[in-house]
Amino acid sequence: MTYWTGLVFVLVVVLDLLVLASSRLRGAIRTVAFQGAVLALLPLLLPAPAAGEHRVVHMVALAVGALVVKGFLIPGMMLWAMREAAIRREVEPIVGFVPSLVLGALGVAAAFTFSGALPLPAPELHPLLVPTSLSTVWTGLLLVVSRRKAVAQVLGFLLVENGVFVFGVLLSGFMPLMVEAGVLLDLLAATFVMGIVIFHINREFASLDTGRLTSLRD
Amino acid sequence: MTLPALLIAAIVLTSVSGLLALAVPRRPALGQALACAALCAGAVLGSVAAVGALLAPVPPALTLPWGAPGGALALRLDGLSAFFLIPVLVVPALGSVYGLAYFPQARLGRKAVRLQILFGLVTGAMALVVTSANGMLFLAAWEVMALGCFFLVITHHEEREAQRAGFVYLASAHAANLALFAMFALLARLAGSFDFAAMTGLRAAWGPATAVFVLALAGFGLKAGLLPLHFWLPGAHAAAPSHVSALMSGVVLKTGIYGLLRVTGFFEAPPASWGALLLAGGAVSAVMGVAFALAQHDVKRLLAYHSVENIGIIVMAAGLALLGRARGDAALVFLGFAAAVLHVVNHATFKALLFLGAGAVVHATGTRDMDLLGGLARAMPRTAALFLVGAAAISGLPPLNGFASEWLVYLASLRTVYDLGPVPHPHFAALGAPVLAFVGSLAAACFVKVHGTVFLGHGRSRHAAAAHEARPAMLVPMLVLAAACVVIGLFPAALLPALAGAAAQWSRVAPEALVGPAASAGASAVRVSVTAAALAAVVLGAWLLRRHLLRRGPLGPPPQVETWGCGYSRPTARMQYTGSSLADALVGSFRWAFFPHRRVLPPRGVFPRRALYRATVPDTALERGIVPALAWTARMAGRARSRLLGAVQVQALLLAGGLVALLLWLALGGGAPW
Amino acid sequence: MVTRLAAAVLPFLAFLGLSPLLLGAVTRVKSLFAGRTGAPLLQPYHDLRRLLGKQPVYSRTTTWVFRAGPLVGLGAVVAAGLLMSFGGAPALLPFPGDFILFASLLGLSRFATALAALDTGSSFEGMGAAREVTFAAFAEPALFLCLVALVRATGSLSLSGMLREGLPELWRAQGPALLLAATALVVVALAENARIPVDDPTTHLELTMIHEVMVLDHSGPDLAVIHYAASLKLFLFGALVVRLALGFPFSSPWPSLGVFLGGMALFATALGAIESTMARLRLDRVPQLLVAASVLALFALVLLLR
Repeated sequence: MTYWTGLVFVLVVVLDLLVLASSRLRGAIRTVAFQGAVLALLPLLLPAPAAGEHRVVHMVALAVGALVVKGFLIPGMMLWAMREAAIRREVEPIVGFVPSLVLGALGVAAAFTFSGALPLPAPELHPLLVPTSLSTVWTGLLLVVSRRKAVAQVLGFLLVENGVFVFGVLLSGFMPLMVEAGVLLDLLAATFVMGIVIFHINREFASLDTGRLTSLRD
Repeated sequence: MTLPALLIAAIVLTSVSGLLALAVPRRPALGQALACAALCAGAVLGSVAAVGALLAPVPPALTLPWGAPGGALALRLDGLSAFFLIPVLVVPALGSVYGLAYFPQARLGRKAVRLQILFGLVTGAMALVVTSANGMLFLAAWEVMALGCFFLVITHHEEREAQRAGFVYLASAHAANLALFAMFALLARLAGSFDFAAMTGLRAAWGPATAVFVLALAGFGLKAGLLPLHFWLPGAHAAAPSHVSALMSGVVLKTGIYGLLRVTGFFEAPPASWGALLLAGGAVSAVMGVAFALAQHDVKRLLAYHSVENIGIIVMAAGLALLGRARGDAALVFLGFAAAVLHVVNHATFKALLFLGAGAVVHATGTRDMDLLGGLARAMPRTAALFLVGAAAISGLPPLNGFASEWLVYLASLRTVYDLGPVPHPHFAALGAPVLAFVGSLAAACFVKVHGTVFLGHGRSRHAAAAHEARPAMLVPMLVLAAACVVIGLFPAALLPALAGAAAQWSRVAPEALVGPAASAGASAVRVSVTAAALAAVVLGAWLLRRHLLRRGPLGPPPQVETWGCGYSRPTARMQYTGSSLADALVGSFRWAFFPHRRVLPPRGVFPRRALYRATVPDTALERGIVPALAWTARMAGRARSRLLGAVQVQALLLAGGLVALLLWLALGGGAPW
Repeated sequence: MVTRLAAAVLPFLAFLGLSPLLLGAVTRVKSLFAGRTGAPLLQPYHDLRRLLGKQPVYSRTTTWVFRAGPLVGLGAVVAAGLLMSFGGAPALLPFPGDFILFASLLGLSRFATALAALDTGSSFEGMGAAREVTFAAFAEPALFLCLVALVRATGSLSLSGMLREGLPELWRAQGPALLLAATALVVVALAENARIPVDDPTTHLELTMIHEVMVLDHSGPDLAVIHYAASLKLFLFGALVVRLALGFPFSSPWPSLGVFLGGMALFATALGAIESTMARLRLDRVPQLLVAASVLALFALVLLLR
């Protein structure tokens, strides 16, 4: 069981790196969607810290919620926004694809090397859990910083949320179901707003370059 | 004769050898030959002493009294010194033979005499640097070497380029000297004496020991050309005559490495952070050195940047050896130390060979710009073949010596992941292996570029058309160096026991602990030699087969035609790939570190008349770091001076005040202010 | 004694003899994918024999470097074969650190080929040499990261020791990391052997070629030697990938050799499938692919170091 969980964690990190390397936005959205679906498996694979009827329900609910929201709803909306705004590629990233890939890899290496030294509030469920979470957050932030297109930045935030979700699984013993559901819902709403904003930016400015928004004054 | 006497004879003979150039004023060629002979004789004597010292059970030493405060004429020839002494003496000797044809006194007169005198003086000073066993003596020899090199760099003092390069060199050499004076003062305070014997075995305690290490890194790093302290190096190597460049790049830089090894050898159990710092700094130096080299089109500047790269590799190895000492891992100490010292020797041979080859090209064509050359292998086939040996060796290709030492660096860096001894290992050091692979393949790309654009294809200009083969006096030293590259490459195992002995003396690990690692590395090195023999056998067999097939053929000898131009009927030499275009993609991936000066005149219209593309990549550290910083300092200083402080009276007052304050502190506080 | 000698030497002879067959098999798989019958499996042997019988043509521009290039290229690859363990027995010359010599010998072969290309003075061949050395500079760190990961996983410094019998257990214990390293290794193998998606061995436009454009001016026996060396190199990388995937499943050498050869057939099929289903990458994307391979291998190493 630990073996397969390990495989899932490794897959999540490889998907992080894939998002960093891809210039096609549509492919990047699908990658993030796939990552979300893979993450939804985690609550089922990891051993529950305190076994019980209540826990099982909690975990299954979490998995189903994550699968629906992360795997289908959010990516679907983003693909819709893309179609409306008619953009395909990140053409000129602020940091190039190769340097951002190298930076991402360094962050991942650091996360996997030093995460053992971090003080944790809960017993470790799996040795790869914390470094995977940190790596995913790092990749997401890197994406937000290094890209110009709004869609890529939304993807960055989604990656950050995925990282937080992994960490949340560790803490699920302390966290009531409602909080998690709330977080997922918030995210859904946020993406929804982002999608509409993307749509409108595009209609007003015929461009999704966030750099141009800074020239706005009110 | 005893070994110390031989050593002193060698130092004296080399130091004064240049004066013989003045001996026969009527016949300058004879004078130069005499000077060269004296230098060679000194080199032979010194090498005999070094080999004797390597075979001797106890390092030979000699101490004579000297009037300087704290100083003594103490010489000691341990393993480390002996391994440095041989290249330090042999490379200049070969350089002076080369100079007989390259820089003839009969034609150049006083300029050649001055060069000859300084050449010998710098050689003697370097020999003294690597054998002295006293801080004051070391500093004195170091100063002579540094100043002698300054005058060698400005041999062509009428050229602006040489003036500028000389000035940058002088400034950096003085900064290095300052750091070294401070370092030896601290060391002498810790040890109670300037004698190296007293300094040996110091505790590497936090505070003063760290200060010593940092000062050594600054002073010796400046001399060795460790990035970002390499800024003086490309200009100085390019501006100096080629045999001077060979001397400076081949051995003068190595005195910096010697110093670094010597000073870290004083300390007992140096902290792991020193080793890690050297490893990381060496890696940066190696990668960026070769990246800058790829971007050059001046062949001597390019070779100079390769010195930065190779110094980086040596420092990486030294860092691994220090990590080994910090962790108490005898095998790591051996592998790192042997790799560093062997690479010092190897770099001295192939880099001197390459500079001498480049000098022959410059001598024959009158230009250092590779993009103007091409096809020289027809006019100067021997130079081309010898240069190719050096090019393959510096790229770390088997079966030449560059591979032998880089192989040891690989083994050292991998030792930190596979052999889990009793101590936890610094795993990050294993990343040295891929870094080294990256550096090696970039170096191979760079020397494909150099050899391909200079010697192969068609000549690109009238410079190339006028080329002629180098004179025998220039070819013989190159041949000797190339032979050394091949021999060390084929039989590296022969040197390993001596390297193990030197490593034991340096690290004060019990020699028995190093015998095992040395023996297993030696057994593997023999297998490398066997593989090289198989390689040679296959090449020979395929060659014989091809000869047989061509002989047997009914059609006679193979026809000679034009190169196939894919259907284009009027190819010109200007359509060839140049060195710049060959390296363009690789240079492009280092865009973030370069600030190129470009002149581009793109072709316009249907029948473009004129188009131009010219890009030079200046040194980032010098142009973007040192020069702006110094300019800012000068501006600030000027501003300060212009006010009140400009007056002489005020300055004298400040001086007096400072002096009184210091004396008062000494008198009342009791003791020195540290 | 005789059996032991045969067990040691026979895999090496298989390497020398079967390499063109591997190339033939890849071509055959590709034609089957395209719905053609394709050339016979033994076509590469016929090609080599035909080229060996032809009279070469040399350009007036060239020197001895041009004629030495193919020979050194072949010698280096054959010498590298001495270090590789093919079937049921260790390599002929295994020693700790042999994989460094292995990679450097392949580098020597590349160095010789690139210089021979520049010796012709042709702009196309200069272009090919430039691309070859550029991509090699990115492939080399990836290869070394894979090998360092294997050193870490198996605790051995020689190719024969890394690809030893214990690999199946290692796959069970360290599967994800080994999978990452193997993926990176496949990418490196495709790049080093000038296969799709890095280079197209069957292209007919000089501007788009890498390896083939470097050998435009070679003909007759020289070209035969180059083609043969290229097939040997492909076999070497194939052996590396297959041995990493399969390990050394039987204690007796002969069944292991059989399994190895079966694995090589699978490798040929996989290679043909990759080449048939993928498009070539734009040239400026190739370094990106190789950096990605390095990143995967680095991740594998990090996982193994925990």
